[in-house]
Amino acid sequence: MNYNWDWSVFFKSTGIGSEIYLDWFITGLGWTVALSLSSWVIALLLGTVLGVMRTLPGRFAARFATVYVELFRNVPLLVQLFVWYFLVPDWLPEKLELWFKQDLHPATSAFISVTVCLGLFTAARVCEQVRTGIQALPRGQAMAAYALGLRLPQVYRKVLLPQAFRIIIPPLTSEFLNVFKNSSVASLIGLMELLAQTKQTAEFTANLFEAFTLATVIYFVLNMALMLIMRGVEKRVRVPGLIALGGK
Amino acid sequence: MISIQNVSKWYGDFQVLSDCSTEVQKGEVVVVCGPSGSGKSTLIKCVNGLEPFQAGTIVVDGTSVGSPKTDLPKLRSRVGMVFQHFELFPHLSITENLTLAQRKVLGRKDDEARRKGLALLDRVGLSAHAAKFPGQLSGGQQQRVAIARALAMDPIAMLFDEPTSALDPEMINEVLDVMVELAREGMTMMVVTHEMGFARKVANRVIFMDRGAIVEDADKDEFFGSPRSERAQAFLSKILSH
Ligand SMILES: Nc1ncnc2c1ncn2[C@@H]1O[C@H](COP(=O)(O)OP(=O)(O)OP(=O)(O)O)[C@@H](O)[C@H]1O
Ligand SMILES: [Mg+2]
Repeated sequence: MNYNWDWSVFFKSTGIGSEIYLDWFITGLGWTVALSLSSWVIALLLGTVLGVMRTLPGRFAARFATVYVELFRNVPLLVQLFVWYFLVPDWLPEKLELWFKQDLHPATSAFISVTVCLGLFTAARVCEQVRTGIQALPRGQAMAAYALGLRLPQVYRKVLLPQAFRIIIPPLTSEFLNVFKNSSVASLIGLMELLAQTKQTAEFTANLFEAFTLATVIYFVLNMALMLIMRGVEKRVRVPGLIALGGK
Repeated sequence: MISIQNVSKWYGDFQVLSDCSTEVQKGEVVVVCGPSGSGKSTLIKCVNGLEPFQAGTIVVDGTSVGSPKTDLPKLRSRVGMVFQHFELFPHLSITENLTLAQRKVLGRKDDEARRKGLALLDRVGLSAHAAKFPGQLSGGQQQRVAIARALAMDPIAMLFDEPTSALDPEMINEVLDVMVELAREGMTMMVVTHEMGFARKVANRVIFMDRGAIVEDADKDEFFGSPRSERAQAFLSKILSH
């Protein structure tokens, strides 16, 4: 390939104020991180509640959670995003609708739509991990907890969930990484996160390869950093002798 | 103390318990034995409401277990239970295992719960292990901790479900010793076990179950001397022969 790489492009002025193209990437990274973290908080909280519901003895809670998972896992993320961004605001009460469409900064309303969308989508996946984690525990654990007189919420909070979460840290980590990758759908509704800024830089400068190489490197470094953090978490909560204990 | 009257239980079409009746008086030690799948575990789990049953009544210290008005967690907190696979909470230290329910269920203060837990740990001969985690102890040690954990709730009765059958032979006695001592102190106990040495030593009565029914419910001497039912005789000769 005969291509003249020009890495200095990132330090050139964009022509808008005193901004250089690198600034666009930094702004984009900021949106990507903010989107991913807020979606992840929603996913983790809601996913845990749903995962617990799927393991409850009562029929209704379990069925509700199952329907939720099937719905949010099987509709493509992009379709869900368009529903949240284009349709749902129209169904809101009029005041809320006007506020969302006119009073809010367009970036803010796009941010809210993507966060809700990605949070609820990922919650379905977290739910399944949490359920698997709980069901992987020996049945006797819950029995022993109930036998001591603990009530259902205590059994989950003190006995089942702390163990389940330790088991599912690796799959949860990969869900967390997926959130970062999936957050790039935001570029399709005009939120200037990392991918959108990359595309814009490519269009403005015609340095397409440099722009996408930098974006790739940033996503890669982000993923590595997260993986290291999660590995640290895993080590911190490791229980002495737990592996030796095995299943029973 | 524990009164079981005409209890039956089904899993779908399959009857696990059929018309079981027996009584355990205060301070009595009753051993439950019988072949695998005969419903022993199911029966003692009915006593503290871990398993629901469809017919009959069980009354523990004046409280009806099957009644929808009964506060089951409260009842369970007064009845200790020890499981075949110990079921210590592996993510909690030994001390935390001993204090969790004392604090959360009985509302005891941290240091009171700790004092009580450590005293019981000392009693089962494991005070050196308070800071360890269950996975760092041997099976026998874990089961002794599990007994201490149940005792920390000051139970009015103790239920044991094959407490030694998951243990290596050399660890069985350290657990049985604790149980014998407990029996001699007057604890009301219902013990599912095939350790007939234990039964001979401390049991008042022996119950023999087969296919969900209580086939024999006799004083210990009578049971070992001349079991009435053929099935109990066959079972006894099988487990005593090795
Ligand atoms: N959840 C369940 N659903 C259907 N059948 C069950 C269930 N739990 C137990 N059973 C059946 O009920 C019967 C009694 O089981 P139980 O565990 O009480 O026997 P056990 O006397 O304790 O046997 P073991 O000596 O093997 O522990 C068995 O045939 C078992 O297969
Ligand atoms: Mg059993």
